[in-house]
Amino acid sequence: MPEPLVKVRDLKMHFPIHAGILRRKVGAVKAVDGVSFDIFEGETLGLVGESGCGKSTVGRALLRLYEPTSGSVVIGGEDIATLAPDALRKKRPTMQMVFQDPQASLNPRMTVAAIIGEPLDEHTDWDEAKKTERVYELMDQVGLNRRFANRYPHEFSGGQRQRIGIARALALNPRFIVCDEPIAALDVSIQAQVVNLLEDLQDRLGLTYLFISHDLSMVRHIADRVAVMYLGQIAELSPRDALYAAPLHPYAQALLSAVPEADPAVEATRQRIILKGDVPSPANPPKGCNFCTRCPKVIPLCREEKPRLSEVQPGRFVACHLVAANQDTAGGHASPGPEVREHNQQGELS
Amino acid sequence: MPDGASPVLDVRGLKTVFKTRGGEIHAVNSVSFHLRPGELLGVVGESGSGKSVTMMSLIGLLPSPPAEVRGGEVLLGGRDLLKLAPRDLQAVRGAKVGFVFQDPMTSLNPVFTVGNQIMEPLMKHMGMTKAQATNRAAELLDLVGIPDARKRLKSYPHQFSGGMRQRVMIAIALACDPDVLIADEPTTALDVTIQAQIIELVKDLRQKLGMAIVWITHDLGVIAGIADRVMVMYGGQVVEQAPVKELFANPRHPYTRALLKTVPALTGARAARLEVIQGQPPILQGEPVACPFRARCAHALPRCEAENPARRAIDGLPVGHGHDVACHWSPEAAHA
Ligand SMILES: Nc1ncnc2c1ncn2[C@@H]1O[C@H](COP(=O)(O)OP(=O)(O)O)[C@@H](O)[C@H]1O
Ligand SMILES: Nc1ncnc2c1ncn2[C@@H]1O[C@H](COP(=O)(O)OP(=O)(O)O)[C@@H](O)[C@H]1O
Ligand code: SF4
Ligand SMILES: [Mg+2]
Ligand SMILES: [Mg+2]
Repeated sequence: MPEPLVKVRDLKMHFPIHAGILRRKVGAVKAVDGVSFDIFEGETLGLVGESGCGKSTVGRALLRLYEPTSGSVVIGGEDIATLAPDALRKKRPTMQMVFQDPQASLNPRMTVAAIIGEPLDEHTDWDEAKKTERVYELMDQVGLNRRFANRYPHEFSGGQRQRIGIARALALNPRFIVCDEPIAALDVSIQAQVVNLLEDLQDRLGLTYLFISHDLSMVRHIADRVAVMYLGQIAELSPRDALYAAPLHPYAQALLSAVPEADPAVEATRQRIILKGDVPSPANPPKGCNFCTRCPKVIPLCREEKPRLSEVQPGRFVACHLVAANQDTAGGHASPGPEVREHNQQGELS
Repeated sequence: MPDGASPVLDVRGLKTVFKTRGGEIHAVNSVSFHLRPGELLGVVGESGSGKSVTMMSLIGLLPSPPAEVRGGEVLLGGRDLLKLAPRDLQAVRGAKVGFVFQDPMTSLNPVFTVGNQIMEPLMKHMGMTKAQATNRAAELLDLVGIPDARKRLKSYPHQFSGGMRQRVMIAIALACDPDVLIADEPTTALDVTIQAQIIELVKDLRQKLGMAIVWITHDLGVIAGIADRVMVMYGGQVVEQAPVKELFANPRHPYTRALLKTVPALTGARAARLEVIQGQPPILQGEPVACPFRARCAHALPRCEAENPARRAIDGLPVGHGHDVACHWSPEAAHA
């Protein structure tokens, strides 16, 4: 197997909670709490899970838009999480982000050309002519008419604005792009346009994607492997077809069973796993398995001990006592298999 | 429900425009549909296609100006709601038609307890005493699956999660035992596992209470699972209408056909490439004189530019009762 381009180990991102007049730290939101995975060159890793489970925080911590609490993020051989500011600045061009809301992520007072060219101003010493040429090239690549270069974002539709965001992300020839819900704000009929564009660009430019989404059907279309997150942790990470054919983690099973399918015949016979209650707060996750409060298959051990993410079948990583117990053939030491077994305590006081 | 049963709600030729500085926006253009007792009508269409404005128009919820309901009839229990005085319309709103919106936070009042908000319509429209209303409110919260119902009456909206707030909204909408429940994207803002809970709840309530429901969504999967009949909207018009199985098995309008192909499947064969619908939805400026889909349509004919197609039945049943479509093209003609 090739070396992964992105190697994440035991990544944690805890946001402090302050209270009182003295703004003392009274706890932490464990938005990401010990996450490990690899992304191989040229592949798309889907990251799915419900809102608040920590997907965006993973994406941001990977690109060091947040300072991770602990853990490592090795991209192209360098640990982003600990890189000195200067080295980080040099690294920035190789890793980029496409955001959910094209409206909010584009400066309304800048022209399209200025928005797309901004990274060039920051990271190159090219002259205006060369920059303009690159901006045009990027507009061609994402299917934006060059004639619109001097228009402003509000003059574009949602799908076109997302193209502007993608062109900007491509400006510096990145190798790795975090796409954070890039189609969530778009209409169904426009989503396919943007997804096809992302796929074309990947083929043409050899890009590697982390594709964050809560749309499980779309992730099945675009991803090679899929990580399912729940409450700051990965419940299951499996190759796409294996996951959709037979999810192993009880949360992955419930999640997939809840997705409605656009086929009345299928829907009429669908057996849904209806989860009870709501997701616990990441400031106060349950002891043991973080899914134990809602898991339909919970056993006493789940409330005591945190299951670790382990390879239960070749290439399939699951964090569940039941799955691990049934398939004790795990063995091997493929990635991502770090030993993560601590912190069962609640709400970490300081 | 027998096909002959007279409809609880009958909307005919509804027309709503917005007067803006840039001209008139024809948001709803001659929309007709009816709802039979106990039936769930699904309404699909992309954003801006006129789903919400249609439903808000029929119950007088749009601010005028800029909105103007310019024509049509909305028959509910033998009365035309468009002819009612504002006060009478308000009574209908509280008692006969329940509304559930996408974002419960915008329709729940943050400064009153949830109990207060459920009890208000009970006392106002059903003439209940405070004690009666309290009991009924607790019953309703219990009905929509909120644990510790009586205790939770004293909670404020922000003390509930998104899914629980949507349950509260449903409880309020059901308070006066309405004939019609209109749910406008009620699960769009929710996560799928919570959406599944709400859909399960609504299915259960239909069994128990038997009210007729209009369910608006842009999610074809949700429609496939809950609707009896589906109305597809595009550019402020109804472009296709059919029983749910028929619509998915035999879509006739080029927009419906393309839409069904553009969503990736969760199971079965995986398409190497997604089908796309090129272009953008129309801006609904001016009187619609052409087919609103023509610019994006793979089958457009010269006639589509010249004449806005009327709905026509394709199965011999009257328009609105079987399968109908508003399109000049037909799959058979294409193959002939
Ligand atoms: N900057 C922040 N400060 C404090 N809490 C945060 C911050 N960003 C995210 N969170 C919290 O972390 C959790 C995960 O958030 P996020 O990564 O945005 O989830 P997702 O993208 O899966 O919806 C949520 O509980 C959220 O409220
Ligand atoms: N206050 C308003 N002023 C002008 N146009 C409006 C207003 N509200 C809605 N519209 C227009 O009405 C059309 C239909 O909107 P709506 O019914 O909300 O769509 P949907 O619910 O299908 O997403 C849209 O094209 C929108 O631009
Ligand atoms: S009327 Fe014409 S343009 Fe409109 S959908 Fe039918 S074929 Fe296409
Ligand atoms: Mg997010
Ligand atoms: Mg709407």
